[in-house]
Amino acid sequence: MWKSRPDENPSTQPKPASLPVTASTPAPVNKPEPPKIAEPVRTDVAAHIGKSVVIKGELSGNEDLYLDGEVEGTVDMGAHSLIIGPNARIHAHISAREIVLHGRVEGNVRGMERVELKKSCVLVGDISTQRIVIEDGAFFKGAVDLQKDVKAEQRKSAAAAVSYSITPSTSNIVETPGRQQASFLEQK
Amino acid sequence: MRWFRGTTDAQAKPESTGKGGQRVSRRSTGFTEFMRTVTGTENLAVLDLGPTSSANISFLTQFGGRVYNEDILRGSRDRSYFSKQEDGTEKLDPQKFFAENLNHQEGLFDAVLCWDVADYLDETLVKPAVERIHKSMKRKGVLLAFFHTKDAGPESPYCRYHIVNKETVELEPGPDFRLQRIFNNRHVENLFKEFASLKFFLGKDNIREVLVVR
Repeated sequence: MWKSRPDENPSTQPKPASLPVTASTPAPVNKPEPPKIAEPVRTDVAAHIGKSVVIKGELSGNEDLYLDGEVEGTVDMGAHSLIIGPNARIHAHISAREIVLHGRVEGNVRGMERVELKKSCVLVGDISTQRIVIEDGAFFKGAVDLQKDVKAEQRKSAAAAVSYSITPSTSNIVETPGRQQASFLEQK
Repeated sequence: MRWFRGTTDAQAKPESTGKGGQRVSRRSTGFTEFMRTVTGTENLAVLDLGPTSSANISFLTQFGGRVYNEDILRGSRDRSYFSKQEDGTEKLDPQKFFAENLNHQEGLFDAVLCWDVADYLDETLVKPAVERIHKSMKRKGVLLAFFHTKDAGPESPYCRYHIVNKETVELEPGPDFRLQRIFNNRHVENLFKEFASLKFFLGKDNIREVLVVR
Protein backbone atom coordinates (compact mmCIF):
# COMPACT_ATOMS: atom_id res chain seq x y z
CA MET A 1 0.00 0.00 0.00
CA TRP A 2 2.84 2.33 0.76
CA LYS A 3 4.68 2.09 -2.52
CA SER A 4 5.42 5.55 -3.76
CA ARG A 5 4.43 4.56 -7.30
CA PRO A 6 0.95 3.12 -7.28
CA ASP A 7 1.29 2.08 -10.95
CA GLU A 8 3.67 -0.64 -9.87
CA ASN A 9 1.00 -2.25 -7.73
CA PRO A 10 -2.43 -1.31 -9.02
CA SER A 11 -4.24 -3.85 -6.86
CA THR A 12 -3.37 -1.82 -3.80
CA GLN A 13 -5.15 1.23 -5.15
CA PRO A 14 -8.20 2.18 -3.12
CA LYS A 15 -11.54 1.58 -4.80
CA PRO A 16 -13.21 4.84 -5.79
CA ALA A 17 -16.66 3.60 -4.88
CA SER A 18 -15.85 3.11 -1.25
CA LEU A 19 -13.44 4.44 1.28
CA PRO A 20 -9.81 3.65 0.60
CA VAL A 21 -8.10 0.55 1.86
CA THR A 22 -7.02 0.87 5.43
CA ALA A 23 -3.88 -0.09 7.17
CA SER A 24 -4.07 -2.10 10.32
CA THR A 25 -6.22 -0.60 13.02
CA PRO A 26 -4.18 0.88 15.84
CA ALA A 27 -4.33 -1.01 19.05
CA PRO A 28 -6.97 0.28 21.41
CA VAL A 29 -5.91 1.94 24.57
CA ASN A 30 -7.61 2.49 27.84
CA LYS A 31 -9.46 5.71 28.53
CA PRO A 32 -6.92 8.51 28.78
CA GLU A 33 -5.96 8.19 32.40
CA PRO A 34 -3.95 10.79 34.21
CA PRO A 35 -0.56 9.37 35.11
CA LYS A 36 -0.34 8.78 38.82
CA ILE A 37 1.89 11.37 40.44
CA ALA A 38 3.59 12.10 37.18
CA GLU A 39 5.16 15.27 38.47
CA PRO A 40 5.42 17.13 41.73
CA VAL A 41 2.20 18.97 42.38
CA ARG A 42 2.02 22.01 44.56
CA THR A 43 0.28 21.01 47.74
CA ASP A 44 1.22 23.89 50.02
CA VAL A 45 -2.33 25.15 50.07
CA ALA A 46 -4.50 25.52 53.11
CA ALA A 47 -6.82 22.56 52.70
CA HIS A 48 -6.02 19.13 51.33
CA ILE A 49 -8.39 16.35 50.36
CA GLY A 50 -6.54 13.10 49.82
CA LYS A 51 -6.96 10.52 47.11
CA SER A 52 -8.92 8.05 49.23
CA VAL A 53 -11.65 10.55 50.07
CA VAL A 54 -14.99 10.26 48.27
CA ILE A 55 -17.45 13.14 48.45
CA LYS A 56 -20.98 13.13 47.08
CA GLY A 57 -22.77 16.44 47.20
CA GLU A 58 -21.78 20.08 47.37
CA LEU A 59 -18.23 21.01 48.20
CA SER A 60 -17.56 24.67 48.98
CA GLY A 61 -15.15 26.69 51.05
CA ASN A 62 -13.43 29.98 51.72
CA GLU A 63 -9.83 28.93 51.38
CA ASP A 64 -7.54 27.48 48.78
CA LEU A 65 -7.99 23.76 48.23
CA TYR A 66 -5.96 20.86 46.91
CA LEU A 67 -8.35 18.13 45.83
CA ASP A 68 -7.01 14.69 44.97
CA GLY A 69 -10.04 12.54 45.79
CA GLU A 70 -13.32 11.66 44.13
CA VAL A 71 -16.17 14.13 44.00
CA GLU A 72 -19.65 13.81 42.56
CA GLY A 73 -21.82 16.93 42.75
CA THR A 74 -20.52 20.50 42.69
CA VAL A 75 -17.31 22.19 43.76
CA ASP A 76 -17.45 25.91 44.47
CA MET A 77 -14.42 27.59 46.02
CA GLY A 78 -15.62 31.13 45.34
CA ALA A 79 -12.74 33.59 45.17
CA HIS A 80 -10.11 31.02 46.08
CA SER A 81 -7.87 28.77 44.09
CA LEU A 82 -8.38 25.09 43.48
CA ILE A 83 -5.88 22.43 42.43
CA ILE A 84 -7.24 19.17 41.12
CA GLY A 85 -4.58 16.56 41.84
CA PRO A 86 -3.44 13.79 39.48
CA ASN A 87 -5.43 11.10 41.30
CA ALA A 88 -8.66 13.08 41.39
CA ARG A 89 -11.83 11.86 39.69
CA ILE A 90 -14.36 14.65 39.53
CA HIS A 91 -17.89 14.37 38.19
CA ALA A 92 -18.96 17.89 39.00
CA HIS A 93 -19.19 21.45 37.84
CA ILE A 94 -16.25 23.35 39.27
CA SER A 95 -16.01 27.01 40.11
CA ALA A 96 -13.11 28.94 41.67
CA ARG A 97 -10.98 32.00 41.09
CA GLU A 98 -8.06 30.00 39.73
CA ILE A 99 -8.18 26.33 38.79
CA VAL A 100 -5.28 24.02 37.99
CA LEU A 101 -6.19 20.59 36.65
CA HIS A 102 -3.91 17.56 36.82
CA GLY A 103 -6.52 14.82 37.11
CA ARG A 104 -9.73 13.74 35.45
CA VAL A 105 -12.76 16.01 35.41
CA GLU A 106 -16.15 15.50 33.82
CA GLY A 107 -18.12 18.70 34.18
CA ASN A 108 -17.94 22.37 33.37
CA VAL A 109 -15.05 24.39 34.72
CA ARG A 110 -15.44 28.06 35.56
CA GLY A 111 -12.32 29.91 36.63
CA MET A 112 -12.98 33.55 37.33
CA GLU A 113 -9.39 34.49 36.51
CA ARG A 114 -7.51 31.51 35.13
CA VAL A 115 -7.78 27.86 34.20
CA GLU A 116 -4.69 25.74 33.67
CA LEU A 117 -4.76 22.28 32.11
CA LYS A 118 -1.65 20.29 32.91
CA LYS A 119 -0.40 17.57 30.57
CA SER A 120 -1.84 14.76 32.71
CA CYS A 121 -5.29 16.30 32.79
CA VAL A 122 -8.39 14.86 31.14
CA LEU A 123 -11.26 17.31 30.95
CA VAL A 124 -14.63 16.60 29.38
CA GLY A 125 -16.72 19.72 29.78
CA ASP A 126 -16.79 23.40 28.92
CA ILE A 127 -14.34 25.99 30.17
CA SER A 128 -15.31 29.52 31.01
CA THR A 129 -12.55 31.85 32.14
CA GLN A 130 -10.51 34.95 31.36
CA ARG A 131 -7.17 33.26 30.79
CA ILE A 132 -6.36 29.70 29.86
CA VAL A 133 -3.12 27.73 29.83
CA ILE A 134 -2.98 24.29 28.22
CA GLU A 135 0.06 22.06 28.36
CA ASP A 136 0.78 19.81 25.41
CA GLY A 137 -0.68 16.39 26.09
CA ALA A 138 -3.71 17.58 28.01
CA PHE A 139 -6.92 16.00 26.78
CA PHE A 140 -9.82 18.41 26.50
CA LYS A 141 -13.21 17.86 24.96
CA GLY A 142 -15.60 20.77 25.16
CA ALA A 143 -16.05 24.44 24.45
CA VAL A 144 -13.96 27.36 25.57
CA ASP A 145 -15.53 30.66 26.44
CA LEU A 146 -12.87 33.27 27.05
CA GLN A 147 -14.40 36.18 28.89
CA LYS A 148 -13.00 39.65 28.76
CA ASP A 149 -10.87 40.71 31.67
CA VAL A 150 -12.81 43.85 32.60
CA LYS A 151 -10.38 44.95 35.31
CA ALA A 152 -7.36 44.53 33.04
CA GLU A 153 -9.08 46.46 30.28
CA GLN A 154 -9.92 49.24 32.69
CA ARG A 155 -6.29 49.30 33.82
CA LYS A 156 -5.12 49.36 30.20
CA SER A 157 -7.43 52.18 29.21
CA ALA A 158 -6.44 54.13 32.30
CA ALA A 159 -2.76 53.60 31.49
CA ALA A 160 -3.36 54.62 27.89
CA ALA A 161 -5.08 57.78 29.05
CA VAL A 162 -2.15 58.61 31.35
CA SER A 163 0.45 57.91 28.67
CA TYR A 164 -1.51 60.00 26.21
CA SER A 165 -1.57 62.92 28.60
CA ILE A 166 2.17 62.73 29.25
CA THR A 167 3.22 61.89 25.69
CA PRO A 168 3.64 65.45 24.40
CA SER A 169 5.90 66.56 27.23
CA THR A 170 7.83 63.26 27.23
CA SER A 171 8.46 63.39 23.52
CA ASN A 172 9.56 66.97 23.81
CA ILE A 173 12.13 66.03 26.38
CA VAL A 174 13.42 63.00 24.49
CA GLU A 175 13.45 64.54 21.09
CA THR A 176 14.49 67.98 22.05
CA PRO A 177 17.71 68.13 19.99
CA GLY A 178 16.11 66.66 16.89
CA ARG A 179 13.06 68.80 17.15
CA GLN A 180 15.11 71.88 17.67
CA GLN A 181 17.10 71.04 14.60
CA ALA A 182 13.96 70.40 12.62
CA SER A 183 12.37 73.61 13.68
CA PHE A 184 15.58 75.46 12.94
CA LEU A 185 15.66 74.01 9.46
CA GLU A 186 12.01 74.74 8.96
CA GLN A 187 12.51 78.31 9.97
CA LYS A 188 15.34 78.58 7.56
CA MET B 1 12.82 13.03 10.48
CA ARG B 2 10.81 13.24 7.34
CA TRP B 3 7.76 15.47 7.55
CA PHE B 4 5.99 15.41 4.26
CA ARG B 5 7.67 13.98 1.26
CA GLY B 6 8.96 16.72 -0.99
CA THR B 7 9.12 19.36 1.71
CA THR B 8 11.43 22.15 0.71
CA ASP B 9 13.41 24.38 2.98
CA ALA B 10 11.52 27.37 1.74
CA GLN B 11 8.21 25.81 2.64
CA ALA B 12 8.96 24.39 6.03
CA LYS B 13 11.60 25.66 8.40
CA PRO B 14 12.40 24.24 11.79
CA GLU B 15 11.80 27.06 14.23
CA SER B 16 11.81 25.93 17.78
CA THR B 17 12.05 22.83 19.82
CA GLY B 18 9.23 22.21 22.20
CA LYS B 19 8.50 19.40 24.58
CA GLY B 20 6.75 17.48 21.85
CA GLY B 21 9.63 17.80 19.41
CA GLN B 22 10.78 20.13 16.71
CA ARG B 23 8.14 22.42 15.34
CA VAL B 24 8.00 23.23 11.68
CA SER B 25 6.47 26.42 10.41
CA ARG B 26 4.33 26.13 7.31
CA ARG B 27 2.51 28.72 5.27
CA SER B 28 -0.95 27.49 4.47
CA THR B 29 -3.00 28.88 1.61
CA GLY B 30 -5.99 26.85 2.72
CA PHE B 31 -5.86 28.29 6.20
CA THR B 32 -5.46 31.80 4.80
CA GLU B 33 -8.64 31.29 2.76
CA PHE B 34 -10.33 29.75 5.78
CA MET B 35 -9.54 32.80 7.91
CA ARG B 36 -10.61 35.15 5.14
CA THR B 37 -13.98 33.43 5.11
CA VAL B 38 -14.60 33.37 8.86
CA THR B 39 -13.21 36.80 9.72
CA GLY B 40 -16.04 39.14 10.57
CA THR B 41 -18.50 36.38 11.42
CA GLU B 42 -20.58 37.34 14.42
CA ASN B 43 -20.56 34.89 17.33
CA LEU B 44 -18.13 32.70 15.49
CA ALA B 45 -18.27 29.05 16.56
CA VAL B 46 -15.31 26.90 15.53
CA LEU B 47 -14.89 23.16 16.01
CA ASP B 48 -11.26 22.06 16.25
CA LEU B 49 -10.89 18.31 15.75
CA GLY B 50 -7.15 18.22 16.36
CA PRO B 51 -5.29 17.81 19.62
CA THR B 52 -5.90 20.59 22.12
CA SER B 53 -3.73 23.61 21.42
CA SER B 54 -3.74 26.73 23.53
CA ALA B 55 -2.33 28.63 20.54
CA ASN B 56 -5.39 27.72 18.49
CA ILE B 57 -7.78 28.60 21.27
CA SER B 58 -6.22 31.97 21.97
CA PHE B 59 -5.97 32.77 18.26
CA LEU B 60 -9.56 31.84 17.44
CA THR B 61 -11.13 33.40 20.54
CA GLN B 62 -9.56 36.76 19.77
CA PHE B 63 -12.23 37.12 17.12
CA GLY B 64 -14.83 37.02 19.85
CA GLY B 65 -15.87 33.50 19.01
CA ARG B 66 -16.27 30.23 20.81
CA VAL B 67 -13.96 27.30 20.26
CA TYR B 68 -15.07 23.70 20.64
CA ASN B 69 -12.31 21.18 20.99
CA GLU B 70 -12.80 17.52 20.26
CA ASP B 71 -9.77 15.37 19.63
CA ILE B 72 -11.63 12.55 17.91
CA LEU B 73 -8.50 10.68 16.92
CA ARG B 74 -7.27 10.29 20.48
CA GLY B 75 -10.84 9.69 21.62
CA SER B 76 -11.22 6.85 19.10
CA ARG B 77 -8.53 4.86 20.87
CA ASP B 78 -10.53 4.73 24.05
CA ARG B 79 -10.90 1.06 24.96
CA SER B 80 -14.50 1.52 26.03
CA TYR B 81 -15.47 2.01 22.36
CA PHE B 82 -14.12 -1.42 21.38
CA SER B 83 -16.18 -4.61 21.26
CA LYS B 84 -14.89 -8.14 21.48
CA GLN B 85 -15.35 -10.14 18.30
CA GLU B 86 -16.10 -13.84 17.99
CA ASP B 87 -12.48 -14.58 17.22
CA GLY B 88 -11.44 -12.85 20.44
CA THR B 89 -10.05 -9.72 18.82
CA GLU B 90 -11.27 -6.28 19.72
CA LYS B 91 -12.73 -3.97 17.12
CA LEU B 92 -13.78 -0.35 17.27
CA ASP B 93 -17.55 -0.06 17.47
CA PRO B 94 -18.71 3.10 15.64
CA GLN B 95 -22.07 3.07 17.45
CA LYS B 96 -20.38 3.24 20.82
CA PHE B 97 -18.01 5.90 19.60
CA PHE B 98 -20.68 8.15 18.11
CA ALA B 99 -22.87 7.78 21.17
CA GLU B 100 -20.34 9.96 22.97
CA ASN B 101 -18.58 11.88 20.24
CA LEU B 102 -19.49 14.46 17.61
CA ASN B 103 -22.87 14.96 19.23
CA HIS B 104 -23.51 18.59 18.51
CA GLN B 105 -26.71 20.37 17.73
CA GLU B 106 -27.54 20.95 14.08
CA GLY B 107 -26.21 24.09 12.45
CA LEU B 108 -23.99 25.05 15.36
CA PHE B 109 -20.62 25.67 13.75
CA ASP B 110 -19.49 28.35 11.35
CA ALA B 111 -16.20 26.61 10.79
CA VAL B 112 -14.50 23.28 11.36
CA LEU B 113 -10.77 22.56 11.48
CA CYS B 114 -10.23 18.92 10.53
CA TRP B 115 -6.50 19.23 9.90
CA ASP B 116 -5.30 15.80 8.66
CA VAL B 117 -7.35 13.74 11.10
CA ALA B 118 -9.19 11.86 8.32
CA ASP B 119 -5.92 10.31 7.12
CA TYR B 120 -5.34 8.74 10.53
CA LEU B 121 -8.88 7.95 11.67
CA ASP B 122 -10.22 4.39 11.63
CA GLU B 123 -11.99 3.69 8.34
CA THR B 124 -15.30 2.84 10.00
CA LEU B 125 -15.45 6.31 11.52
CA VAL B 126 -14.51 8.50 8.57
CA LYS B 127 -17.76 8.68 6.60
CA PRO B 128 -20.11 8.85 9.60
CA ALA B 129 -17.88 11.52 11.14
CA VAL B 130 -18.10 13.66 8.01
CA GLU B 131 -21.89 13.19 7.94
CA ARG B 132 -22.16 14.35 11.54
CA ILE B 133 -19.88 17.30 10.89
CA HIS B 134 -22.04 18.23 7.91
CA LYS B 135 -25.13 18.26 10.12
CA SER B 136 -23.51 20.30 12.84
CA MET B 137 -22.35 23.03 10.46
CA LYS B 138 -24.24 26.12 9.42
CA ARG B 139 -25.09 26.68 5.78
CA LYS B 140 -22.12 28.28 4.05
CA GLY B 141 -19.92 27.25 6.95
CA VAL B 142 -16.36 26.26 6.02
CA LEU B 143 -14.25 23.24 6.79
CA LEU B 144 -10.51 22.94 6.34
CA ALA B 145 -8.92 19.53 5.90
CA PHE B 146 -5.44 18.40 4.93
CA PHE B 147 -4.69 15.22 3.04
CA HIS B 148 -1.38 13.53 2.37
CA THR B 149 -0.50 12.71 -1.20
CA LYS B 150 0.44 9.28 -2.50
CA ASP B 151 4.08 9.94 -1.72
CA ALA B 152 3.47 9.84 2.00
CA GLY B 153 4.34 6.61 3.75
CA PRO B 154 3.04 5.05 6.94
CA GLU B 155 5.99 6.56 8.74
CA SER B 156 4.66 10.05 8.09
CA PRO B 157 4.40 11.43 11.58
CA TYR B 158 1.10 12.57 12.97
CA CYS B 159 1.36 16.23 13.82
CA ARG B 160 -0.40 18.70 16.03
CA TYR B 161 -1.26 21.93 14.29
CA HIS B 162 -0.70 25.21 16.08
CA ILE B 163 -1.99 28.40 14.50
CA VAL B 164 0.63 31.13 14.37
CA ASN B 165 -1.20 33.76 12.38
CA LYS B 166 -3.72 34.04 9.56
CA GLU B 167 -1.29 32.53 7.07
CA THR B 168 0.95 30.23 9.04
CA VAL B 169 0.59 27.09 11.12
CA GLU B 170 3.22 25.21 13.06
CA LEU B 171 3.47 21.44 12.92
CA GLU B 172 4.64 19.55 15.95
CA PRO B 173 5.04 15.77 16.04
CA GLY B 174 2.17 14.67 18.18
CA PRO B 175 0.92 11.38 19.57
CA ASP B 176 2.04 8.29 17.69
CA PHE B 177 -0.69 7.52 15.17
CA ARG B 178 -0.24 5.53 12.00
CA LEU B 179 -1.32 6.89 8.64
CA GLN B 180 -4.30 4.72 7.68
CA ARG B 181 -4.76 5.51 4.03
CA ILE B 182 -4.21 7.98 1.24
CA PHE B 183 -7.21 9.73 -0.25
CA ASN B 184 -7.02 10.68 -3.87
CA ASN B 185 -8.96 13.66 -5.16
CA ARG B 186 -11.98 11.54 -6.10
CA HIS B 187 -12.12 10.04 -2.62
CA VAL B 188 -12.03 13.49 -1.14
CA GLU B 189 -14.84 14.63 -3.44
CA ASN B 190 -16.90 11.56 -2.49
CA LEU B 191 -16.25 12.12 1.16
CA PHE B 192 -17.62 15.66 1.01
CA LYS B 193 -20.30 15.04 -1.61
CA GLU B 194 -23.03 16.46 0.64
CA PHE B 195 -21.23 19.78 0.81
CA ALA B 196 -21.79 22.63 -1.62
CA SER B 197 -18.26 23.14 -2.88
CA LEU B 198 -14.64 22.10 -2.52
CA LYS B 199 -11.50 24.01 -3.27
CA PHE B 200 -8.12 22.24 -3.48
CA PHE B 201 -4.78 23.85 -2.73
CA LEU B 202 -1.66 21.85 -3.43
CA GLY B 203 1.40 22.90 -1.46
CA LYS B 204 4.98 22.44 -2.53
CA ASP B 205 5.29 19.83 0.18
CA ASN B 206 2.65 17.66 -1.51
CA ILE B 207 0.01 18.22 1.10
CA ARG B 208 -3.40 18.89 -0.37
CA GLU B 209 -5.38 21.44 1.53
CA VAL B 210 -9.10 21.33 0.95
CA LEU B 211 -11.50 24.10 1.82
CA VAL B 212 -15.04 22.77 1.87
CA VAL B 213 -18.15 24.92 2.00
CA ARG B 214 -21.35 23.51 3.52
